[in-house]
Amino acid sequence: MSRSNQRWLLGGGLCFASLLSSSAWADTQLNLTKGVTAVSREVYDLHMLALYICTAIGVVVFGAMFWSMFFHRKSKGAKAADFHESTKVEILWTTIPIVILIAMAVPATSTLIDMENNDNSEVTIQVTGSQWKWHYKYFDQNIEYYSVLSTPREQYENQNGSFAGNGANKDENYLLEVDKPLVIPANKKVRFLITSDDVIHAWWVPAFAVKQDANPGFINEAWTNVDKPGVYRGQCAELCGKDHGFMPIVVEVKSPEDYDAWLNEQHALAAKSADAEKASLSASMSKEELMQLGESTYMAYCAACHQPTGLGLPPAFPALKGSPIATTGSVAEHIDVVFNGRAGTGMQGYGKQLSLKEIAAVVTYERNAWGNDTGDLVQSADVKAAGGE
Amino acid sequence: MSEGTEQKINKQAGKQSNSKVIKKLVLVVFAMFGFGFALVPLYDVFCDITGLNGKTNSVGVAYVNNGVDTSRTIKVQFITRTAKGIPWQFEPVINEINVHPGEMKFVNFYAKNKSQRAIIGQAVPSVSPGLAAGYFQKIECFCFTQQPLQAGEEVEMGLQFYVDRDLPAEITTLTLSYTLYDISGKASS
Amino acid sequence: MTTETINESLVDDHHGDSHDHKMTGITRWLYTTNHKDIGTLYLWFSFIMLLTGGALAMVIRAELFQPGLQIVEPDFFNQLTTVHGLIMVFGAIMPAFTGFANWMLPMMIGAPDMALPRMNNWSFWILPFAFAILIGSFFMESGAPNFGWTFYAPLSTTYSNGSTAFFVFAVHIMGISSIMGAINIVVTIMNLRAPGMTYMKMPLFVWTFFITAYLLIAVMPVLAGVVTMLLTDTYFGTSFFDAAGGGDPVMFQHIFWFFGHPEVYIMILPAFGIVSTIIPAFSRKKLFGYSSMVYATSSIALLSFIVWAHHMFTTGMPLFGELFFMYCTMLIAVPTGVKVFNWVATMWRGSMSFETPMLFSIAFVILFTIGGFSGLMLALTPVDFQYHDTYFVVAHFHYVLVTGSLFSIYAGAYFWLPKWTGHMYNESLAKWHFWCSLISVNLLFFPMHFLGLAGMPRRIPDYALQFADFNKWVSIGGFAFGLSQLIFLAVVIKCIRGGEKAPAKPWDGAEGLEWTVASPAPYHTFSTPPNLDEVKS
Repeated sequence: MSRSNQRWLLGGGLCFASLLSSSAWADTQLNLTKGVTAVSREVYDLHMLALYICTAIGVVVFGAMFWSMFFHRKSKGAKAADFHESTKVEILWTTIPIVILIAMAVPATSTLIDMENNDNSEVTIQVTGSQWKWHYKYFDQNIEYYSVLSTPREQYENQNGSFAGNGANKDENYLLEVDKPLVIPANKKVRFLITSDDVIHAWWVPAFAVKQDANPGFINEAWTNVDKPGVYRGQCAELCGKDHGFMPIVVEVKSPEDYDAWLNEQHALAAKSADAEKASLSASMSKEELMQLGESTYMAYCAACHQPTGLGLPPAFPALKGSPIATTGSVAEHIDVVFNGRAGTGMQGYGKQLSLKEIAAVVTYERNAWGNDTGDLVQSADVKAAGGE
Repeated sequence: MSEGTEQKINKQAGKQSNSKVIKKLVLVVFAMFGFGFALVPLYDVFCDITGLNGKTNSVGVAYVNNGVDTSRTIKVQFITRTAKGIPWQFEPVINEINVHPGEMKFVNFYAKNKSQRAIIGQAVPSVSPGLAAGYFQKIECFCFTQQPLQAGEEVEMGLQFYVDRDLPAEITTLTLSYTLYDISGKASS
Repeated sequence: MTTETINESLVDDHHGDSHDHKMTGITRWLYTTNHKDIGTLYLWFSFIMLLTGGALAMVIRAELFQPGLQIVEPDFFNQLTTVHGLIMVFGAIMPAFTGFANWMLPMMIGAPDMALPRMNNWSFWILPFAFAILIGSFFMESGAPNFGWTFYAPLSTTYSNGSTAFFVFAVHIMGISSIMGAINIVVTIMNLRAPGMTYMKMPLFVWTFFITAYLLIAVMPVLAGVVTMLLTDTYFGTSFFDAAGGGDPVMFQHIFWFFGHPEVYIMILPAFGIVSTIIPAFSRKKLFGYSSMVYATSSIALLSFIVWAHHMFTTGMPLFGELFFMYCTMLIAVPTGVKVFNWVATMWRGSMSFETPMLFSIAFVILFTIGGFSGLMLALTPVDFQYHDTYFVVAHFHYVLVTGSLFSIYAGAYFWLPKWTGHMYNESLAKWHFWCSLISVNLLFFPMHFLGLAGMPRRIPDYALQFADFNKWVSIGGFAFGLSQLIFLAVVIKCIRGGEKAPAKPWDGAEGLEWTVASPAPYHTFSTPPNLDEVKS
């Protein structure tokens, strides 16, 4: 529909809705974002060009149609004309669209060539999707981490059928908040190497006009060069299973100086956690401590599939309650599955995501919660032994 | 339907003609079913030509010494990824190397089976930009074969390659990614 | 099948049904080889499927009414969207068109029946089983297919919930049904035209179904092939789409969309045919540019084979691939534009009246064109990176398929209801149906453009707060649109049970052989081929 119609519709919609809706319509975005990169602005311009051209064609075509609907109606005594063919006209309305299309194809081509030029980047980041989180690895920096949805489950899991007051208790960035955002420097060409560990995902940040599929076993490239520091949000854009709607992307763009500071901080943190891992090996935790840490870890990482009740969502996500692996099976095997994942299933390995302590706790929790009362206690050292470190 | 109608259908359409048309159409149906499967090898050919999915050669090529083009330097980056359920540590020994087109290079990848069982791994390569895949020539690569590793065994695996001199001028960086899969269940050896 | 058996079955078939009296009760419908009966079966089946798929959509819209998960689990949500899509494409739109083909083609070309009546019976009666399997999978342990109607590997193979086998089996049956229907259409049009009806004298309606049937014959087997690969990948250890075994998941998308894009035109070309019949009738003027319409339809069909990868711009194609598919896709705008211009030129200086079929046709032209505009925007690769897999795409294909295909089906149904039932439908109730549908469908799908541009991905059960307001309105539009379709049911039932007696030709501007027979059309028509010189006025 035409742009002007959109405005009218928007205007009418706004008046109507403000009467009925309590939410703030001022935040409601109608058009494509201009974004914060040169490419995203080119894309926006192209979008507007296409929109204006379509509007203009629409006005002419629909105008002619409505004209005849008003003035050539039978009830007004219109007599049908006799013409039903004209090669001249047909040629005319074949040629004109071709010219218009060429006018659109030219800028589209040049923008596309820009977008596909991945060369000469200053920062390279490996982006890996998996069900249902993103993993970022800074090439040459030895920094890598997972980025997981951090909106609390209570905010979205209100499945009691009640529609009342759901908006009230939700955070501002509901479903668009992660525990650790991707951090990139401003005004530098940043290249993303995108792949996947399981199914196809798509890494999309609208403000950068970057959307690339993450194909398992293959890499894709995309790049951006952001002019403005800030926080930019996006989502997975390819259906990837149950929690496709729950794997947002948050990118924090820092000035180059802040970015360097952040890198140093990350290196320091990495060293610290390595020390903590070492320390945890000799430490022995009590059952209470293990169960407490285990429960919180389980809720954050495992409950999406295996459910807080341990009953899972069979057949894709089996129950842990009463399952052989968490009861009669050996502890080592249990750790192996948690640590390395299981090929050909949705179960991924958590060895890289969780600390030894957390894995020990979560295994302990699974072997003792929901009536799986094996009494087994697992310590970090056991995890290290069984995980094959 | 009356007898008359029936005769008329047949007379008018002509038996021969009806069955001929049907035969042809059924033939087309089977041909198109076959075409669906033919798309599999066709796709590979297409990818070879265009570098569509960044697949590289799967058997070693002989090194052709056409001289080294020292006027250009190509940055070759290596990245690795282990698929779900394979408890291996797998990483390049060096992250990145500069090569001149035509120059032969040798790099190593480190792998260790951290589990307590023997596992057969298979590395699957992918090159980005896809267009460069056809110019990235592997003379010898661990990805040509399956890699069996005993429990706890570690190994350095070699990759010998060169970048074709015909590599388009606009490409200056080349990324080679390996994804490692556990194929113990499917291994043919 | 050999030549002999085909011939025998043809002859044999006529022996089985060679009496003027129809059977009664359920056996009439089970054993019927009459094109009008089978057409009726197809049309009712597709309407039931429309309501079923619509009911699933209502659950989807109820879940999306507010942010938060209120009604369904995310996994079940994915099953809903998947089965909704499959039912609407293969169960509602395609069988409805086959129903039109069955009812109208023989009457329009002056043939006594379809060329292969027994096969016709088969191609209908296997359909309910396909959908019984598909819908039945909701009640199985695995749950229904949850990987989207596009069933991308490896989500539908290694990571599927175990519904893949049922899904593949159901799709195979649907495919066989469509292929048989298409073969029947081609043979009928080639061999059963009344003497003197050359190809370029066929009504445009017949042309569009002719071309569509060829498209079906060409691409449904490819779909059968790709689902077979899916099956063997999932259960028999092949690696067509698995990188670990040397396959490539992106190849799945190439093969799927090689089927999928022509499939899109399979669902819209017949709509062009219906609308091209109705607009001249109510403009009381001949269709403008008949031959250019034929050429435009053919070139759209041909172009549909070389544009498939525009569904996959984000999969990481090389630059020239993106450019090639962008240019080809933009090119489709030319013949499509010619069609729209021709319709407008047909109305221009006509003597127009606005009965319900015409209203739906006019709405079709406008709203389909809006869908075409967003299609053109989607063709531009750089912008497609922003639109892809968002609600903008959802808005686009619903404009094309709901206000496009479905509206044309309604237009056609109202247009030929007098011929089918012998009664005029209730015009004021029908106008209610039209206006309620028109308003609600735009409330339903227009805001989806904004949602998509603002960044809402498709196929998500819950969304960020900035999308909340529009989603509420979209849901309200959805419920209203769903309810509006019940008015249509009422119109049709009333029309079957009685109403003003319809003359042989209830629309004064209508042309074509179907209006030369009585209303309702006798069980057997054109047992003797018509003399075209006599009937053409």
